[in-house]
Amino acid sequence: MKDITVASNNCGVDGFGLGKLLDTKQIRKMMSSYVGENAEFMRQYLSGELELEFNPQGTLAERMRAGGCGIPGFYTRTGVGTVIAEGKEVKTFDGQDYILERGIFADLSIVKAWKADETGNLVFRKTARNFNPPAAMCGKVCVVEVEEIVPTGSLDPDHIHLPGIYVHRIIQGAHEKRIEQRTVRKREEA
Amino acid sequence: MPWDRNQMAARAAEELQDGMYVNLGIGIPTLVANYVGDKDITLQSENGMLGMGPFPFEGEEDPDLINAGKQTITELKRTAYFDSATSFGMIRGGKIAAAILGAMEVDEKGDLANWMIPGKLVKGMGGAMDLVAGVGRVIVVMDHTNKHGESKVLRECSLPLTGKGVVDRIISNLGVLDVVPGGLRIVELAEGVSEAELRAATEATIVD
Repeated sequence: MKDITVASNNCGVDGFGLGKLLDTKQIRKMMSSYVGENAEFMRQYLSGELELEFNPQGTLAERMRAGGCGIPGFYTRTGVGTVIAEGKEVKTFDGQDYILERGIFADLSIVKAWKADETGNLVFRKTARNFNPPAAMCGKVCVVEVEEIVPTGSLDPDHIHLPGIYVHRIIQGAHEKRIEQRTVRKREEA
Repeated sequence: MPWDRNQMAARAAEELQDGMYVNLGIGIPTLVANYVGDKDITLQSENGMLGMGPFPFEGEEDPDLINAGKQTITELKRTAYFDSATSFGMIRGGKIAAAILGAMEVDEKGDLANWMIPGKLVKGMGGAMDLVAGVGRVIVVMDHTNKHGESKVLRECSLPLTGKGVVDRIISNLGVLDVVPGGLRIVELAEGVSEAELRAATEATIVD
């Protein structure tokens, strides 16, 4: 498979995550907010091998959420007066300019959760939730990788972060969790 | 003597008041958290967290608990987690009182550039465009000049903008300036820095 268009905040790191699909040149276009910390991403973009559509991070998240909710477009103040606004409709509401951004409707969503029950209800853990719920929502088919599949009924229904209606396949796999920036503080001397 | 990084961060912390929800950018702004003292400030991390705690003790790092700069952090009793759409909803919705950010260039109209240098450095805007468009008050913390001694406080930004007319206050190593109609107004000078020195390092129009 090649010529893939990927909407993801960044492109993983070199050789890991989405970085693997960059290495094999299977990605034609990225829709991202951040290129840093991935040398191959920046190299392919600067050499013109890879198309890159910069999206402000919140606009990207909202485009996914909107797509998942059947909303084809929305107006936002983010990016007004910058290159992000070029070619986009500008509309004034109550004296303030907003630009039109489109919802994202993806063929496939690939996300990561902490736990799934057997019906696909998902629970995420701490800041690892981030883009996963809106990304899951905007795909026609959603594949989720989880750390644990638990029996249906064992998750508190009030504590489900993403209902299983958005989830079509569950993969439980041994996977590596990396820390990219290990920052610590010293314990106080007793 | 101009302020160093920590003195700039300490000065920026004076901008914060009890009860504020605040987003701190990467670099010097991150240091601001060290100087809030007893003030009741809730830090937002745009990857989906309110109530960001300090770095963990060695051995207690959690790969699922990081800030927007991917640094390992900790949670507090008040912490809440949420997804990125909710996170930027509260930013875009004006619920965050202030953002303290770094800058490559800022100009007298409050325009801010901090996400790319064409042909040289491409990082991406991350959440910066959303933050400057949405939060109540934008405070820029930066060195007044670049490493070649050229002013970064300009009449007009030359780099691609992060936001237009968004900056409220600039805290540099030389002092504090506010964006006001017609240009910038000097609020404060760093200890030992003269007004003449600050004016000489500033390309932007300074108004009284």
